[in-house]
Amino acid sequence: MRYLYYPGCSLKCTGRSYEESLLPVFDELKIDYVELNDWNCCGATAYMAVDEAKAFAIASRNLALAEEQFKNEKEINIIAPCSACYMVLLKTKNYLDSNKFELAKIKAALRESGLNYEGKVRIRHPLDVLVNDLGVKEIAKAVKYPLKGIKVASYYGCQTVRPISTFDDARDPHTMDDLVKAIGAEPVDWPLKTRCCGASLTGIVEKVGLPLSYVILNEAAKRRADVVATSCPLCQFNLECYQTNINTKYQSDLRIGVVYFSQLMGLALGISPKKLGMDRLFIKPEIVYKAVKGGETVYV
Amino acid sequence: MDTTIDVKAFAPSGATNGYRDIHRKIKYESELNKGFKNRVAELSHGEKLYSCIQCGTCSAACPVSHYMDYTPRKIIQMVREGFKSEVLSSSTVWLCASCYACTQECPKGIKITDVMYALKREAISGGIYPKRFPSAVLAGSFFKQVLSFGRNSEGPLLLKMYMKTNPLMLFKNMKLGFKLWKTGRLSLKTEKTCKKGDLKKLLSDIDKQREEVTL
Repeated sequence: MRYLYYPGCSLKCTGRSYEESLLPVFDELKIDYVELNDWNCCGATAYMAVDEAKAFAIASRNLALAEEQFKNEKEINIIAPCSACYMVLLKTKNYLDSNKFELAKIKAALRESGLNYEGKVRIRHPLDVLVNDLGVKEIAKAVKYPLKGIKVASYYGCQTVRPISTFDDARDPHTMDDLVKAIGAEPVDWPLKTRCCGASLTGIVEKVGLPLSYVILNEAAKRRADVVATSCPLCQFNLECYQTNINTKYQSDLRIGVVYFSQLMGLALGISPKKLGMDRLFIKPEIVYKAVKGGETVYV
Repeated sequence: MDTTIDVKAFAPSGATNGYRDIHRKIKYESELNKGFKNRVAELSHGEKLYSCIQCGTCSAACPVSHYMDYTPRKIIQMVREGFKSEVLSSSTVWLCASCYACTQECPKGIKITDVMYALKREAISGGIYPKRFPSAVLAGSFFKQVLSFGRNSEGPLLLKMYMKTNPLMLFKNMKLGFKLWKTGRLSLKTEKTCKKGDLKKLLSDIDKQREEVTL
């Protein structure tokens, strides 16, 4: 089956290494994908706050583009790796599915631009695709360098698992932990898997945002995690890039690597850190590099 | 209605020091906005505001409720009572980070996050929101950028936001910006969709539809 890949704005900028690591992992695992042509911004949370009808309209343009690009395929699965994109596209789809009146309005507007929306698309998160479509067994089979002894705190963030996503438990999700186990690492049992990282508040209203990121990092460190794995570009940014600010504010000495789950998978599959965009990290997870085949550089 | 009383009128001549303005702390029922709850319910697609049992699970689940003027539970009750200006000018709606914890946990299935979105929209359209509050400014700049380019470029967006709210933050975050730029994670390039007119046309059609409805 072929998937449509919807990167979203973050994966082309601050979250580039998410894209840089996810796509090689897909290649390695023989997951066939193609990028959505001429995609536009999903609207994120900001658009919804200004104009709802327009927010749904711009998100639905992506769904219509997907139907156009995959008109000859049996199933249309859009992979949206960014939490916000995933949630917004899913919310839009559900909204249009359950609201015939609004659907007719948006369809009419799309038709004016030469697009058509039938409602055949499915919105998928990469965790969902990897665990439920491919399966952890297949992934475990493909692992070349298991990350033995590495403790990973899987951090899902908020919008990946709630409120409308159905592929995982909203309170105690496990898909990322399953992947962590499949690549030979050890998932840390911790309660803050889905706690809010502060989202855009961390950057703009520091007083409120920083403590949220601090609590998460502190808990991960307390549970002796070697590295925090995320599935959202904004979570990764907040938890990693603000660590210096957090340490100054709370007089702490946190220094914990925050990577994308796809980067850990890539390492285990034998892809070099550079190819996985890991030289873009502020805090290099040396301990993970060391664990891969006893510290030897064996990457292809 | 202005509830401030000018106490200087009552002060002995020349002895204004030590006196401060006195405010009436309680609103009269006649000053409440009766239609507000219906308006909010309509904006949030008939969210079941009326079935809220005031249990406070939302406030407990909310990671930022302790910074808010009014907690989510209070906001819902205030909406129902008609405290329109207090609700719309509060920090609550702009501190909501849309993490959906309240929506997930609400025992009555009220989509509280969507109620917050409805309040944000109402505050913006009515012009009653903290003008330089960064979240509101960010939402506005984001909206404009996507409207003109179809995509959002994080570098220019943040630059604009800081210039409008607190330019000092730019200096404070310069080091971070430099590090991001060095690692290739910050670009001031503007991202665009190829068929630019496409999205603009779509949105103007939505505007047209709205005009038809109001006509």
